[in-house]
Amino acid sequence: MSEPRTLLAIDKVSKNFGRVTAVDGISLDIRENEFFALLGPSGCGKTTLLRMLAGFETPNGGRILLDGRDIAKIPPNKRPVNLMFQSYALFPHMSVRANVSYGLEMERLPANEIRSRVDAILATTELVAFADRKPEQLSGGQKQRVALARALVKRPRLLLLDEPLGALDKKLRGAMQLELKRLQHEVGITFVIVTHDQEESLVMADRMAVLRDGKLLQCDTPHAVYERPADRFVADFIGVMNFVPGKAAADGVLAANGARISGTVPAILSPGAAAVASVRPERIRLFPPPETANRVAGIVEALAYHGLDLQLHVRTALSQKPFLVRVTADAADRRPVTSGDAVELGWDAADVRIFAD
Amino acid sequence: MAPALAWLTALMMVPCALVLALAFFRRGIYGGIEYTFTLENFGLVLDPLYAGIFLNSARIAGTATLIAVVIGYAAAYAIAAAPRRWQPVFLFFAVLPFWSNYLIRTYAWIVLLNREGLITQLLRWFGYTGEPPSMLYTEGAVIAGLVYNYLPFVILACYAPLSRLNPELAEASRDLGASAMTTFRRVILPLTVPGIAAGAVFVFVLSIGNFVTPALLGGGRFQMIGNLVYDQFLTANDWPFGAALAMALIAIMLLVLMAQALAADRAAGRIAEAKADG
Repeated sequence: MSEPRTLLAIDKVSKNFGRVTAVDGISLDIRENEFFALLGPSGCGKTTLLRMLAGFETPNGGRILLDGRDIAKIPPNKRPVNLMFQSYALFPHMSVRANVSYGLEMERLPANEIRSRVDAILATTELVAFADRKPEQLSGGQKQRVALARALVKRPRLLLLDEPLGALDKKLRGAMQLELKRLQHEVGITFVIVTHDQEESLVMADRMAVLRDGKLLQCDTPHAVYERPADRFVADFIGVMNFVPGKAAADGVLAANGARISGTVPAILSPGAAAVASVRPERIRLFPPPETANRVAGIVEALAYHGLDLQLHVRTALSQKPFLVRVTADAADRRPVTSGDAVELGWDAADVRIFAD
Repeated sequence: MAPALAWLTALMMVPCALVLALAFFRRGIYGGIEYTFTLENFGLVLDPLYAGIFLNSARIAGTATLIAVVIGYAAAYAIAAAPRRWQPVFLFFAVLPFWSNYLIRTYAWIVLLNREGLITQLLRWFGYTGEPPSMLYTEGAVIAGLVYNYLPFVILACYAPLSRLNPELAEASRDLGASAMTTFRRVILPLTVPGIAAGAVFVFVLSIGNFVTPALLGGGRFQMIGNLVYDQFLTANDWPFGAALAMALIAIMLLVLMAQALAADRAAGRIAEAKADG
């Protein structure tokens, strides 16, 4: 594996619509052959950023460099970038084959080359049997594959996908997540996907950027974003997190009830500042050994069995909201608990993240 | 359903049947009708003199249709591209002329095109000193009148499919490498053809049978079938021949409407078939 090369450099890009700032000075590097996710709640600017990459919006400031060339002002039909639309935007009056051929016809390629490339991509996306159908004769998953084939057949430097799985039902979505990843590997094209579904980006992306209110909060691997979220919003948005509000102390957070949550306090938090300690549900143990740094007593309020694990809601004195605890099926079998039981929770100082509140 | 059918029969079918019956009788020597069966009237319709008027009417109606479709489609496109909240306002302005009477609207064109009318005055104001251009009582005036009067139908018929078009389709076409022009030709136009067809049929059918506009703006110099029918009934007093002409006109209109209905049906049928398959 050679050193990853930067394919697309987004350099202090801004976009405003009238007085609304949709994208506010975002800088990002997307590497060659990467599966990159732009993640954020609706209105965070991720779609506007994607539309600037595709050429449907022009930035008010900053540069977008593809292979070192500024493409910010190049029209969409002249960019080696293709977009897979959220609505798929298949041409309803054309067959699957005609939809997929369209982009190659625009490049004025010889008919036999168009034919062989279209055949190849239809085979890759398992659409050969549907080549003569019209879009309205296809299921949601099939339409999604046509939209993908239509964009991929152009062999773009960069493929943009706007909420590609949003229109599919949950079960199909899970299968398509892995399918998309397999395809990306197979065709060797850089994918940038926009999604509001944090689980989707955790599963699929090599790296991800979390956006909020037009600003970039964090850009890293899913593992790093999950384990070391940059701020409270990211911690809350990605996965599930338990929060204990309080005040910053020398080596942790003092909760409202006087209990101390041990953890590493970031340097920017001066003692006494409003802070919040956080811990992931799977890092919490039931009935921890006595040397565990953070321990608290609680009452089990509810529990949900998920097959692989058990999720408990435990009421403690530390926070208003009950703690969410995930216990493996093994651990639950060793020492069963039911609703109403008094339990003790514990977690290590290393598993605590402390943020400004 | 039944009362509507009764009305339709009484007010539409019976008069039509009466006119049709009339066409098979002979004209009396001093006008009036001689009740002996004949096919002569239909033979006369095919006479080069009258067949020529049919062709001329079709040509004028066809020209008006073409112009109305081009202008109407462009207007509908502009309205559909305008911000959503402005679209009803623009549509309101497009159909505003309908609020006044057809005759008054046509007279307004006489005021415009007259030898010393508004257009000539405007030219004079810009310093034109020559002969006033002869615009009224020309074929152009008739076509202008027809286009003006039926344009709103085309705008409404084309606006409906244009406003329903998913804007991402045009973007997808651009994204795949098509220019704006190619996008229009290969994506937008084919998807809005049903609206164009509906609008065009409307203009053609209403224009080919029109007699007010050719009479007022053509000054009687440009006879269309409508005028011919009018003359047979009210001037020449040859009701049977007038009836035969009217029937021929209705037959042409029916053919055009049926062709359009058939095309629309086949388009709808393809979709229904597609849905049944999938």
